Amino acid sequence: MDFSNFLLMQQEMSLMAVFVILFIYDVFCSDKGKQWFQPIACILFTLHTAWGFLPALTGEAFGGMFVNSDMTVIMKNILNIATLLVFLQVNNWLKSHDTVHKRGEFFTITLVTLLGMYLMISAGNFMMLYIGMETASLPMACLAAFNKYREKSAEAGAKYILISALSSGVMLFGLSFLYGSMGTMYFSDMTAQVVSEPLMIVGFVFFFSGLAFKLSLVPFHLWTADVYEGAPTAVTAFLSVASKGAAAFALMFTLYKVFGNIEVVWNPILWWSSVITITAGNLFAIRQKDIKRFFAFSSISQAGYILLGIIAGTPLGMNATVYYVLVYVFSNLAAFGVISAIENRTNGNTLISAFNGLYKSNPRLSLIMMLAVFSLGGIPPFAGFFSKFYIFMAAADRGQFLLVFIALLNTVVSLYYYLLIIKAMFIKEGDEQSVDCFVTDGYNKISLILCTAGILAIGFLSCIYEHIGSKVDLFNF
Amino acid sequence: MEYSLFILITPFVLFLLLGLTGHKMKQNVAGIIGTVGMGFAAALSYMVAYQYFFVIGKTAGVFQEMIPVSFEWLRFTEKLHIDLGILLDPISVMMLVVITTVSLMVHLYSLSYMHGEKGFQRYYSFLSLFSFSMLGLVVATNIFQMYIFWELVGVSSYSLIGFYYTKPSAVAASKKAFIVTRFADLGFLIGILILSYYTGTFDFATLTANHAESVVTSMQGLSFMGLSVAAWAMALIFMGGAGKSAMFPLHIWLPDAMEGPTPVSALIHAATMVVAGVYLIARLFPVYIFAAPEVLTLIAYIGAFTALFAAIIAVTQTDIKRVLAFSTISQIAYMMVSLGVSGYGGHDGLGYMASMFHLFTHAFFKALLFLGAGSVIHAVHSNEMKDMGRLHKFMPVSSWTFLIACLAIAGIPPFSGFFSKDEILSAALHHDKLIFFTMLFVAGLTAFYMFRLYFNIFWGKEKAYDSHHKPHESPALMTVPLIILAIYSIFTGFIHFPEFISSDSTPFAAHIEWMHVAIPSIVVALTGIVIAFVLYFKGSEKPVQIAKSLGGFYTATVHKFYLDEVWMFITQSVIFKLICKPIAWFDRHIIDGAMNGLAWTTQKTSASVKGLQSGQVQLYVWVYVIGSLLIAALALFL
Repeated sequence: MDFSNFLLMQQEMSLMAVFVILFIYDVFCSDKGKQWFQPIACILFTLHTAWGFLPALTGEAFGGMFVNSDMTVIMKNILNIATLLVFLQVNNWLKSHDTVHKRGEFFTITLVTLLGMYLMISAGNFMMLYIGMETASLPMACLAAFNKYREKSAEAGAKYILISALSSGVMLFGLSFLYGSMGTMYFSDMTAQVVSEPLMIVGFVFFFSGLAFKLSLVPFHLWTADVYEGAPTAVTAFLSVASKGAAAFALMFTLYKVFGNIEVVWNPILWWSSVITITAGNLFAIRQKDIKRFFAFSSISQAGYILLGIIAGTPLGMNATVYYVLVYVFSNLAAFGVISAIENRTNGNTLISAFNGLYKSNPRLSLIMMLAVFSLGGIPPFAGFFSKFYIFMAAADRGQFLLVFIALLNTVVSLYYYLLIIKAMFIKEGDEQSVDCFVTDGYNKISLILCTAGILAIGFLSCIYEHIGSKVDLFNF
Repeated sequence: MEYSLFILITPFVLFLLLGLTGHKMKQNVAGIIGTVGMGFAAALSYMVAYQYFFVIGKTAGVFQEMIPVSFEWLRFTEKLHIDLGILLDPISVMMLVVITTVSLMVHLYSLSYMHGEKGFQRYYSFLSLFSFSMLGLVVATNIFQMYIFWELVGVSSYSLIGFYYTKPSAVAASKKAFIVTRFADLGFLIGILILSYYTGTFDFATLTANHAESVVTSMQGLSFMGLSVAAWAMALIFMGGAGKSAMFPLHIWLPDAMEGPTPVSALIHAATMVVAGVYLIARLFPVYIFAAPEVLTLIAYIGAFTALFAAIIAVTQTDIKRVLAFSTISQIAYMMVSLGVSGYGGHDGLGYMASMFHLFTHAFFKALLFLGAGSVIHAVHSNEMKDMGRLHKFMPVSSWTFLIACLAIAGIPPFSGFFSKDEILSAALHHDKLIFFTMLFVAGLTAFYMFRLYFNIFWGKEKAYDSHHKPHESPALMTVPLIILAIYSIFTGFIHFPEFISSDSTPFAAHIEWMHVAIPSIVVALTGIVIAFVLYFKGSEKPVQIAKSLGGFYTATVHKFYLDEVWMFITQSVIFKLICKPIAWFDRHIIDGAMNGLAWTTQKTSASVKGLQSGQVQLYVWVYVIGSLLIAALALFL
């Protein structure tokens, strides 16, 4: 066996190493040792993240099953950053009574999920993609049900696994159509064979629904709100950025690489999905009273924006999409960092009204929340403005003016509901139910500082956008 | 010379440091940090200047444009991108020296002048921000970077002018300054867009290369309403410059801006912000002269008129800072005139050189005048001339340094103003006799009103000063900057400017034309001084009688020719009523209506669809399956 194949899996190997170390430590350490879990996990994962930035080999491994390219390395780095930020935010929650004895599990399960996402991105074969998706989905259900004594958390886990099973089924069904008509599962072999005939189209649509489920595009989005609300906040945060980002990347790759020939078919599908997803996400977000449900719908509408970049199908679009996800990671995790800080303080109160008068009691937290929300809404000069700008530019570049116009109208609507949070924090007066002044833990502070720095700096550091752009390669990844 | 970047970084870091943590520091600590930082930037600037002018700047007898730092910030197309960088050429290096010197003096002076003021730390952080913006403006490598810093200058001057934000007049003044200059910047921006649209570049080096070839060829034969497009673009860019440099009729913000602390006036309104416009024209000078020479003529006439107009107003003002404000307008106009009458290359470019020379000397003596005025105001707690008199015996240092500055601005040799003004007059003489005589007359007026100011403050009749609050000389922290600036005002005139700065970066020889220019200008200036001496030295009643005999003209002048009222009328009655009201109506009813409609529809739809999100997994699965089937059907049959 040729072990040099493993050299291509630089990030996967190091992730596995982190996983194994943590797993063994979790099994053998004493109760006292468990309190070191958080710092050890964070340090190891920071090392792993840094490792990902080292120059990597590119090429195919295992006969084309696994592909590593400059672009996949960037994507994995983005997912690493997201995961690291989430790891920093969990300290307080894991110390609570429910979870203190199994805090090691949280980290190990999350790492496995991340491994699945790596495989999704690096897949060169539909089977690999499927295995990656399952590796990412099944542990995710465990995570959603992590607070198993809380009814809502258990419900979230159950719902997630049910829908996920359904979507896997539909997706495999679609893949079987594709295999049946082409006789291969390798991306590279399929590219030339894909044509616009009914069997393949149905196969494609079913396959698409599987990824659309992970991206929570309408109409495959209904699980989102319930799961986001019920799952522990850190898991929601992870679900909303990492899982979504990985799905977006995988969708982009398969569309460009495998289904490039039938762009006429998937273009209108994505067009309508995008419009409906953005609009529906916005419409539902307005009505929410619970901040986690609120962000669930906001993330649905953000997924619609991501489609805008994918739909362009150009190097510019790919560049904008990856950049959008990067910015989204920082903005959304800033918001979730604040939410989890407040949730821990108020013993699980996640109503928007808990934010009333936050500016008076915790001015710094509310400022971070404001930055996050402004960035999500796309207000200059924060990073979110630039990412929206680039993504609109990519779509407009392909002549999708109507789509851009609808998306723009929707940003106005989204501003309305984002401002509701600002209103709660800055204008409404707090009552006895709202939070008092408190100091969040050091880890969370670091993550919030990182997120804030990201929101403020990424837009201005044009080198980031250009760096991503320099690695864009539509067909060889 | 990569270290020139630190000239920019230092004040910016100071701004962040003082702005974010200043309130936790003691006042003195914040002030000293700011001053030392500025001193560092000044030292670097002098180093850059020395290296540039004497060591590495010149190749084959021509000063080269150097770009030690540059990176691409935003890329639109291959050719059109916005860079941020540092451009060193004779004028930008000269400006670095001017700005950091004056800024350092102001920093020093303010330690004492602003001592104990509420918001002292804020003051210093804004000073740093202002210095940063101004430095960034002069070293900009491209017109867009300049525009960014140009606006930053606007913002930071807004916060400095409105420093006493509890005083309604200060707030009004800062708003006025901001709005007027912003209005002018609109022209600037449109000009930039036109220029870059046709030439496809923002870069100064490309724009001005080979006699502005890129502009001339790209806009050849294009015209709009009888004027060439190049002329439109350059005239609009000049509009931006006219706003910042307070050219008629956009000068109205400057006198009011005197509401800011006096050292701020010295920094902003003497040496830096107000010369930004002149600098802008100088920066794009090749474009003006080769692509739009008619605009230069316009600049010359506007400049000459402004110079005369402002000088006349300055004669009748009684608030000492306002006198200085109008004198600044008038002197800036000199520089504009000088650019307007200049040619290109060698001795033809005399006007260009003279303009920069005057900018250089003026910065020091005008800063000195403002700081001197600050010293006086500090002593008598009033801006009005009527509260002053015979201060010479109380404040000798302020008096002597003020005298030096007055002599410099009046153009008496061997003080610096003489040399630079003389070159301007020479340039004007060879270009346009009308402008020459106007400027000569203005020189006389300048001498007159400056000495009117000087005699009224330091001589004339002694006023009844409060017995236990006698005026006294300011502390050393204030007088030392005065003395340093006085030394500059005496000696900077001896620098042989054509050696360093010329329109085509090639040193040339210029000499003083004693017969045609220098002697007449000295005579005119001396006449002005003598008249002022007769009228004001002893504090006679004659000025009042003269004022009476002038009647309406005098009143009009006191009211600054009612220009403020004219603008008020134009804005209130014409713009507000005819333009703003309909727009407001459109905004209220059509735009807001559409938005309200959108909001209403959104609310209604969102209320009607919320049932879909029931929480039941059966429903979710159903929707999922139906959804994918529907999509498949649509993809197949549509």
